Formats: sequence, structure tokens, C-alpha cells
Amino acid sequence: MDFLTIIQILDSTMRLATPLLLACLAGLFSERAGIFDIGLEGKMLAAAFLSAAVAAATGSVWLGFLAGVGASISLALIHGLASITFRGDQLISGVAINFLAAGLTVIVGQSWFGLGGRTPSLAGDARFNPLEWPLAETLADIPVAGPLYAELISGHSILVYVALLAVPTSWYILFRTRFGLRLRAVGENPGAVDTAGISVVRLRFTAVIICGLLCGIAGAYLATGLAAGFVKDMTAGRGFIALAALIFAKWRPWHALYACLLFGFLEAIGNRYQSIELAGFILPVQFMQALPYILTVVILAGFVGKAIPPRAGGAPYVKER
Amino acid sequence: MSLMKSLLGAAASLALSAGASFAEPALIFDLGGKFDKSFNEAAFGGATRWAEETGGSFREVELQSEAQREQALRRFAEAGLNPIVMAGFSFGSSLETVAPDFPDTKFVIIDMVVDQPNVRSVVFNEHEGSYLVGMMAAKASETGTVGFIGGMDIPLIRKFACGYVQGVKAVNPDAEVIQNMTGTTPAAWNDPVKGGELTKAQISQGADVVYAAAGGTGVGVLQTAADEGILSIGVDSNQNYLHPGQVLTSMMKRVDNAVYEAFSAGVDVETGFNVMGLANDGVSVAIDEFNEPLITDEMTAAVEEATAKIVAGEITVHDYMSDDSCPVM
Repeated sequence: MDFLTIIQILDSTMRLATPLLLACLAGLFSERAGIFDIGLEGKMLAAAFLSAAVAAATGSVWLGFLAGVGASISLALIHGLASITFRGDQLISGVAINFLAAGLTVIVGQSWFGLGGRTPSLAGDARFNPLEWPLAETLADIPVAGPLYAELISGHSILVYVALLAVPTSWYILFRTRFGLRLRAVGENPGAVDTAGISVVRLRFTAVIICGLLCGIAGAYLATGLAAGFVKDMTAGRGFIALAALIFAKWRPWHALYACLLFGFLEAIGNRYQSIELAGFILPVQFMQALPYILTVVILAGFVGKAIPPRAGGAPYVKER
Repeated sequence: MSLMKSLLGAAASLALSAGASFAEPALIFDLGGKFDKSFNEAAFGGATRWAEETGGSFREVELQSEAQREQALRRFAEAGLNPIVMAGFSFGSSLETVAPDFPDTKFVIIDMVVDQPNVRSVVFNEHEGSYLVGMMAAKASETGTVGFIGGMDIPLIRKFACGYVQGVKAVNPDAEVIQNMTGTTPAAWNDPVKGGELTKAQISQGADVVYAAAGGTGVGVLQTAADEGILSIGVDSNQNYLHPGQVLTSMMKRVDNAVYEAFSAGVDVETGFNVMGLANDGVSVAIDEFNEPLITDEMTAAVEEATAKIVAGEITVHDYMSDDSCPVM
């Protein structure tokens, strides 16, 4: 394995980790505010569809992006309405959103484009094209640092950088601002927040909307950044992997980044080396592909220690009467 | 509503009057979906061609889950549809149980052999077609490294891979073929993002022609190959038009012909075992205005020569499914 190969695998890791990271941060905001959200997958899927569909129809990736984020936020608001306003079960509402998105995207897609739930292939301005950083071409010949800069840092779509910037931003918002303190408090002890005269409902809705926004970016990245168009069920379980990463990271932004990079890295390795020979044994491709999932179980069962979710998570807040 | 009723009524009376003398044919698509630009779409194309030429109509259903296979078969058979064509090897076990219950209905299964008196099994010699595109890939490659990306890891896809490798090695014995399978579950037919990543991984290992036999995942492979400026090879349907000038060719599996023939024969469709290979145009290499600039005379000559030899039996392309192994891999 030479240096360039390592760079290429890391490059692939970045691309694969980005949707996970965005979805993971989305879940982080929601769950820190006490709203469990297993509808990340559905929100991503809806955003992926609408961003690709609108981008295909208008030819502008940014209009598609806005539509995708809008779709995701609408689903997030439905989740909020069901679980905050009407105090329904958060898990059931999340499952419903996943089903809703899986079905609606295909049906609307079929009647819109008549391609069986697929959108037409996007080209040119209808996609997020890679951003070449200044001097990437000229610096590429410098040993070590050159390829590192040209391959790994430069040449991603803008949403990758947005995702990376979202990590320190989330950390700052959650742990260094008054809003963040209140948001975390509402997930631990909403009664105390309410006593202090702050609206629990408004805080939770804000969290759910932020969750929708981030899921929307993740979905738009999948359909208009990584792929060139929407295909049914294209999220392929990434929302659930993001949830696993969230627990793995114990609901902390920086750790979420590491967890998502790890999952992305394992997937990149699995793509690159479908069978690895290790000390005389040949690890079959099936094992490599199952590795992220095996690792999730192993890590959750033994290594992270006790992952304690926000105390008020999953419970609707009922004001004392 | 009333319009709907009268339409339904008309359809019902038509069906009654038609009775046993004429039955509508039916087509069942596999999980990849009718518009996968590949296998299922080819089947749909054949059915549409039949409908346009004869003015007949047919019934169709797209499956949403594994559990619906037997249900769909039984519903169609009970509705008196005949023959019932199903696109995909996965129908094998369901058909095995359903076929004996409807002895008067003719079933046609593509890509699988089901040994029942009322079943026509159509299999394709994909290894022969893959051999030809392998030869073209080796001739088009400048790096001497070419790639293969399969969908779900099943013997049928390995059959594509094995034929492809044999074709590549026939032209350039030193060529390297990088092979990847997208996954081990049916989701592997519909993951263009992963297809794109696999393509990028192969490109970084030096591949400059990539052959995708991966259903909907292949759309991502062809897209990434076009983005990165290398050549790709489509599969099943003619996919040359997807990225003009950047898809070297497509290994066409004439599923459309199989469906068309079955529909045309109607209830009298001949049962038994049917092989569609190079000899009877079951598989072929797609050359049209979109990829003509990429095809050299040398390629055309080589492909024509190999076709003739395979048909004549002078070249035998090893079939992976005959013994579950590949001599060149």
C-alpha cells in the first residue's frame, strides 16, 4: 500500500462520511433536546429526491438544494407536531416518516418523470461539482504535501466542507451559547427549563428544525453531490448508521465526527479491498462489507462504556397541572 | 367514478367474451424495477414492442418485496393471464411451487431453469457477450488495466465477470482485471453512490475501462466513469446513449426478444429449455451513433472474428455456472 493509495482511501472516506456526519449531527441536535429521531433516513431520502427532482426540472442545483432542505424540514415539522404538540410516541412517528418518505418519493417521482421513481440524470449546473482549491494543480507535484492537498483537501463538493464546518459550529452552539445550554437542559430536565420561564415547546421545535436542515443537506449531497440523480431507496440505511454513530459518539459533536469518519473509512476500505489477505487467511468480501455493522455491535457492546442518552429523551413534556 | 365503472365494466365484459380463446399475457418485473435502464427495462421494451405491433395489451406488475413473488404469480394465474413471463432468476423457487397448481397456464422464466411441463426457461449466454466486450475493453485500454463492477454477488454475475476476463485475456494476456461486487443483498442492484465509489477506487488502481453488470447501480458506475473521463461498458439494454462518446459499448442481453417471442407465441408458447446466445442473437454488442467514434476497425474485426468462432464452436467461453469456478480468475 503506497502513499497515494492511502490518500485515495482517505479521499473516499471523506465522501462517504459526509452524509453520515450531517445526519449524525442532525440526530444530535434533536436528541439533545429530548426528541428521539429514527426518521433521519426518511428525511434524507425525501431531501435527496426533491433536491434531485427540482435540480433536474430547473437546471439549478441551488434551487434543488433549497427544495430538498425544505422537504426535510417539513417532515421534521411533522415529527415535531406529532411528538411535541400532540405528545405522541417519538419512535412511531419516526418510523412513519421513514415509510412516508420511501413511498412518496417513488410515487411522486413516477408521476413527475415517468421513470419509475428515478429522476433524470443531472449534468452541469444541476449538480454540486467538485471545488478545486487554489493552486491544487501546481502544488500536486510536491511530495507528500502536494497530493495531500490536491487529492484530500481540495476537490470535494462544497457540502463536504459545510459538513466539516458544522462540527465546530455545533460544538460552539451546544456548549458555548445560552441557546445551547437551554437546548441541552430541555433534553435532561424540561421541568427545570419550564420553571425558568423558557418555552420547552419552542426550544424543542427549534431543535427539530435544525435536525431537518442538516438531514436536508445530507440528502441533497447524496443525490446531487455524490450521485447524479435520485434512485429509489438511495439512502440505503445511512440514516441508521448515523444513529449508531451518534450513540457511539455519546451525543458529542467532535466524537460524532470521529465515529462517522471511522464508518466512512471502513466502507472505503471495503470498497477498495474486497478481499484482504491477512496473515495467511483471506478475509472474504462479505466480511469486509459487514465490518461496519460488526464493529458497531462490538463497539457498542464493549468499548464505549455506558452510553447514557439525554435523560428526558423519548418522553413528551407535560406541564404540571 | 362512473367513467371508471363503465371502463371496468367494459374490460370485464371483454374479458368474459374473450374467454379461453384469447388470454392477455402478463409480465412480472424483478425488484430492480421496471425503469432500471437495464435488465427489467429491456423486458418492458420487448412487451411494449409486442403491444405496439399487435395492438394487444398486457398486464404487468413491479414487485416491492421478496414476499410478493408467489402472490403475484398466483394472482395473475388465477386471473387467467397466459402466458406469464417473469424477468429474473429470483422467481425460480416461487415458480417451482406455483407452476404445478396451474397446469393450463404457461410460464416463461428468464435467467433461470425451472423443470416443469408448463414452463419455458430462457437462459442467456452472457459469458459469450461478456467475452466480446472484454475483448473490446482490452483493445480500448491504454493502461492495460480494466475493471468489472458486479451488482449482487451471485453466480449469474460471476458468469458475466468470468466471460469478461476471458475476453480481456484473449486480447492481452498480461492485462489486469480489477473486480468488485457491490454487495450481497438485493440492495446492491440499487446503490449508485456505492457504484460510483467502486468506480473511483478502480480508476485509482489504473483501470481505464469499466464494465458494469449491476442493474441500477450501473447508472452510478457509468456516470462516474464519464465524470472522470474513462470509458465504461453498459449491460443488458443498450446504454450507449446515457453518456454519448464515453460508453465504449453495451453488452446487450436481448431480454426484449425473449419477452417479445413469448408474447407473440401467446398461449402456444413452446415450453422447455431455451438458450439464447450469440448464434441466435440472444446476446450482442451494441454499436450505434453514440459510440461509433470509439470503435476502431481493429475492434470490429476482432469482435466479428470471435463471434464467428464462438458460433462455430472453435472458441469455447467457459461458463461460470457450469461448474461454479472460473479458470482465469
